[in-house]
Amino acid sequence: MKKFCRVFTVLVFIFLYIPMIVLAVASFNTGTDIAVFKGFTLSRYAELFRDGSLLALLRNSLIISVLASFIATVLGTMAAVGLHNSRGRLRSAVMTLTNIPMTNPDIVTGVSLALLFSFTGTLLKVKSILGFWTLLIAHITFNLPYVILSVLPKLTQMDPDLEEAALDLGCTPGQAFFKVILHEIMPGVISGFMMAFTMSLDDFVISYFVTGSSFITLPVEIYNYTKKPIHPKIYALFTLMFLVILVMMVAMNLLQGKDAERKQKKRGVRA
Amino acid sequence: MKSKRLLAPYVAWMTVFTLIPLGVVIYYAFTDSITGQFTFANLSNLSTYLPIFLRSIFLSLASAAICLVIGYPVAYTIAQANPKWQRFLSMLVMLPMCMSFLLRTLAWVAMLEDTGIINRVVSSLGLKPLPLIRNSGAVILGMVYNYLPYMITPLYTVIMKIDPRLIEAAQDLGCDHKRVFTKVILPLSVPGIISGITMVFVPAVSTFYISQKLGSTGTTMIGDVIESQFKTAYNPNLGAALSLVMMILIFICIGFMNRFTDSEEEGVVTP
Repeated sequence: MKKFCRVFTVLVFIFLYIPMIVLAVASFNTGTDIAVFKGFTLSRYAELFRDGSLLALLRNSLIISVLASFIATVLGTMAAVGLHNSRGRLRSAVMTLTNIPMTNPDIVTGVSLALLFSFTGTLLKVKSILGFWTLLIAHITFNLPYVILSVLPKLTQMDPDLEEAALDLGCTPGQAFFKVILHEIMPGVISGFMMAFTMSLDDFVISYFVTGSSFITLPVEIYNYTKKPIHPKIYALFTLMFLVILVMMVAMNLLQGKDAERKQKKRGVRA
Repeated sequence: MKSKRLLAPYVAWMTVFTLIPLGVVIYYAFTDSITGQFTFANLSNLSTYLPIFLRSIFLSLASAAICLVIGYPVAYTIAQANPKWQRFLSMLVMLPMCMSFLLRTLAWVAMLEDTGIINRVVSSLGLKPLPLIRNSGAVILGMVYNYLPYMITPLYTVIMKIDPRLIEAAQDLGCDHKRVFTKVILPLSVPGIISGITMVFVPAVSTFYISQKLGSTGTTMIGDVIESQFKTAYNPNLGAALSLVMMILIFICIGFMNRFTDSEEEGVVTP
């Protein structure tokens, strides 16, 4: 049984990674048909860097995701601290509000924001309101719950005496937050930021509805491309991004591993 | 007092960009696209879309069920591994979620097409090409592939937290492997199962790209119809009505599934 489970798991992982392999192989293909491998070439990568248009789109995506996840992290951490200190009706009302974008499908979030923006646009008599700002607002909105849900557990795990000790020792509430609480909840804040960032970077559905032709991100442009025959340099970009994310995740993984080992050692000393 | 001040910006943001947009959706759903008058026409027209609604629900429930059957052994195997492997494997599960789902779906198209990779292998063996694409099976495959990580992650989180002493106790009390699984492990993983099914079902029922690329006109899903109302048919009022109905449907489904668990306020639909 155990052996069967292991073999099965390996097969599922192969299933999950087959498309990556197909796209990576396609990025080295001299032919344009993804299904036929004609010969090996690196020219797709050269084309990618020579032609700035794709890189400009990637830059747009990065600008939006860094800004949105940063703002969402600040707002969300504040909200999580507020939520941690509140009880009863207020807390459950805010939790419900947080769960709405989590349970709503992306298409509904996108459509509802698009309608809000176009409604505001007609009120303000602005012709094309959809662009950078609407995209940023939408990304902050769907990032916020991820930040809150990853910071909140860290606040619950935190020793409540720590804040009191800081206050007793003469910290102002602000100092207590920045010197003590923030330090304790940092792993949650960072993982919230990372989650928000990756969600933002890869978001297509919501962006597709709330952006106009003035500011386009990479996933939206890829969608436009997939209606026509797709250029292989996109596969090259995909492969590079895959490698970057893989390296980042492995690095984070190793850091987490070291952290866990350290904690285990601490526990050993105490025992 | 202090916590309320911290919560205020977040609550204000979410009200303006989550609650009010839902209100705008309702407003559009009940107004005429040309005159702007109050009308029930958008909603009463929906009966023509009933087959599409039913198909969307059927295909996404099928995908969620398949994801559960495939995902459970994988989550279980990961949870049984030593901590280092656990961290590495759960990273491998999450990595595909960070990559463009558009391009990964496109890779499946390249594999399944009549002249695609699989059929080239098949015909080189002297067999007839298989009808792999433009049918419900291909759409389900695409959904299972894309949303499988959303099933494995919550399952793994829940199975990992099962107290090993409970399993030992069951063994001591004379349970064989099979009964330990059916009497202890499976009941304790119900919250993960519910949360996994929700996390697969919600994006699957509202998808519009997968069905466009892997399906045919016979597998149009509700997301496709909504997308076309906003992007090509320019009838946002009908699109809003469809979104509203889909949203209500999903809330009913989630409410129904949450009855199986006595979850806390923040327990269920979190990744």
